Amino acid sequence: MAGIPHDHYEPKSGFEKWLHRRLPVVSLIYDTIMIPTPKNLNWMWIWGVVLVFCLVLQIVTGIVLAMHYTPHVDMAFASVEHIMRNVNGGHMLRYIHQNGAMFFFAAVYLHIFRGLYYGSYKAPREVTWIIGMLIYVLMMATAFMGYVLPWGQMSFWGATVITGLFGAIPGIGGDLQTWLLGGPAVDNPTLTRFFSLHYLLPFVILALVIVHVWAFHTTGNGNPTGVEVRRASRAEAQKDTLPFWPYFVIKDLFALAVVLVVFFAVVGFMPNFMGHPDNYIEANPLVTPAHIVPEWYFLPFYAILRAFTADVWAVQLVQFVTFGIVDAKFFGVLAMFGSMLVLALVPWLDTSSVRSGRYRPMFRWWFWLFIVNFVVLTWVGSRPAEGIYSSIALIGSAYWFAYFLIILPLLGVLEKPLPPPATIEEDFRDHYGPDAHGKGGAAATPAE
Amino acid sequence: MLRKLSLAAAAALALLAPAAHAAGGEERAITDVAFSFEGPFGRYDTNQLQRGLQVYTEVCAACHGLRYVPLRTLGDAGGPELGADEVRAYAAMLEIEDPATGDFRPRQPTDHFPMSGLDTAPDLSLMAKARVGFEGPYGLLVNPFLRGIGGPEYIASLLTHYTGEEKFEAGTAFYANESFAGGWIAMAPPLFDGQVEFADGSPNDVASMAEDVAAFLMWAAEPKMMARKQAGLTAVLFLVLLSVLLYLTNKRLWAPVKGRSRA
Repeated sequence: MAGIPHDHYEPKSGFEKWLHRRLPVVSLIYDTIMIPTPKNLNWMWIWGVVLVFCLVLQIVTGIVLAMHYTPHVDMAFASVEHIMRNVNGGHMLRYIHQNGAMFFFAAVYLHIFRGLYYGSYKAPREVTWIIGMLIYVLMMATAFMGYVLPWGQMSFWGATVITGLFGAIPGIGGDLQTWLLGGPAVDNPTLTRFFSLHYLLPFVILALVIVHVWAFHTTGNGNPTGVEVRRASRAEAQKDTLPFWPYFVIKDLFALAVVLVVFFAVVGFMPNFMGHPDNYIEANPLVTPAHIVPEWYFLPFYAILRAFTADVWAVQLVQFVTFGIVDAKFFGVLAMFGSMLVLALVPWLDTSSVRSGRYRPMFRWWFWLFIVNFVVLTWVGSRPAEGIYSSIALIGSAYWFAYFLIILPLLGVLEKPLPPPATIEEDFRDHYGPDAHGKGGAAATPAE
Repeated sequence: MLRKLSLAAAAALALLAPAAHAAGGEERAITDVAFSFEGPFGRYDTNQLQRGLQVYTEVCAACHGLRYVPLRTLGDAGGPELGADEVRAYAAMLEIEDPATGDFRPRQPTDHFPMSGLDTAPDLSLMAKARVGFEGPYGLLVNPFLRGIGGPEYIASLLTHYTGEEKFEAGTAFYANESFAGGWIAMAPPLFDGQVEFADGSPNDVASMAEDVAAFLMWAAEPKMMARKQAGLTAVLFLVLLSVLLYLTNKRLWAPVKGRSRA
């Protein structure tokens, strides 16, 4: 493994040597925890640890909730009320799980935006990015199926709309939708399979998280300058890095504690703020809600899905060219999945040789416009698809694709980047003044 | 695209008009009530919950049910806090068909409130969380953040915003109501001044009774609210303390690296 040179675990006592020969587990933990980490990481590098916490929190609360939940269309809604009223601490567990999903997504979006701004996806970290995108897609699938379980009105109609997306695929769509639902419409077979998969997928995510961490522990962390850690010798590497324990563990735990203050304020004081009131009405296949709205973390993609209606010329053109196979509905579905695909392919769409947005004067503007656009799409996705909202959604969707397919490829050619610092050590010293040690501080001194 | 743009322009003009019909719903009259249970430190007013229970029992229960609410919870802390005897007596007033014998028997505290007696009357167990009082503007969540989601306010407003107008459509009577989406509701005005006599002589005008029963229904929908706020406050306080300690630890840990003297 061509990692950053650093100290490795040496078994000392007899037992340690005995174990190490049979299973080098202590060595694995040591190398993971003591991984040399660029010392100039800023506060946007804390979301990884927050996300691991979210995943564990969701799994632990979810396992307990599953002990009291009944996956049956006649009993699911009542069993959630049973959890809220009769199970000891059940109301807290459920609100933590429900709001935990939202914090999970807030953190994952910030984590992704960090990657987009600092070019974390660029070589040699493309595999880390792709694994991350897989985790993100699985998170969306898991959250969507989890939202169906309480069997409220939004659960039922959300499931109907989202599975309907697969029904829009020409030819196989109808059969595919029936196969997904386990019948002609959302019903008991849908609920039981969603429950089963909602329990399974988090463990798949957990496995992928381990691969994600493994991948970036192989390449080393990125950092705000995008300059690689010097790895010619251990002494040089130590000028650029600090061990993960204790420096970044304590820093990340502090950040996590601050995030949790906000989290528990929401859970304790306004747990239903981001939820939809219609989900406190039991699912009724005969009554369609006035506005079917997904949870907020799906809204940008929901906006893109609904933006491409039959009166958009691009849709009409594609429909004409494909002899009607790609109609407006299927176009919307393709646009939605396409918007996630271009995000996943960004390592190959961004042509700039400079990694960090910090040294890319033109890129920065487009990036912040992308963030604003993301917020606007989130908002417009929650509004009815009519009038001015449709136009805003269309413009926002167009920018989403333009950002990845036109702006990022062109910027690499047109932009004249600023010179990044030569080393991480230099960046760190520039930030903290000439007194900053270049040697990695007290903890590293004995090794020198 | 041109058609879309002209549509957008028309919609923009419509939005500028003072009577904005935003989000497809008409403007509903929702009165903001300063309920005792609002805010991070809000608590249910036990006396108000008991009055609300009385209004519910004497008026609403004729048609509506509370199928998810166990009767025993009337005695729970943070609720109407009836005594054990009162809960038993209240339960015994209501009959239930025993599935084992097929006979009717008085309810036990372990049974739930009855279901709605009328098919068209929705169950009220979760009504205070299933309705929205305050929205927007334009989906930006400013009003719900500042004033709350407003479920109980919606219930109180609905009960007090009948205009007195009626109409018959397909043999059904509809009553004009300024708080109801669409403006016409099938429920006849349920409350009139002085309808319920409170033992403590609390005001029993329509507005007061509406507030009391709205508070009771909020408790029915969210019986663990006070325990939740307590837990939330404890968690926040401990986590603030933990954050401060971790901040200081972090600062001290990094001080030599950053070339600053030890804190």
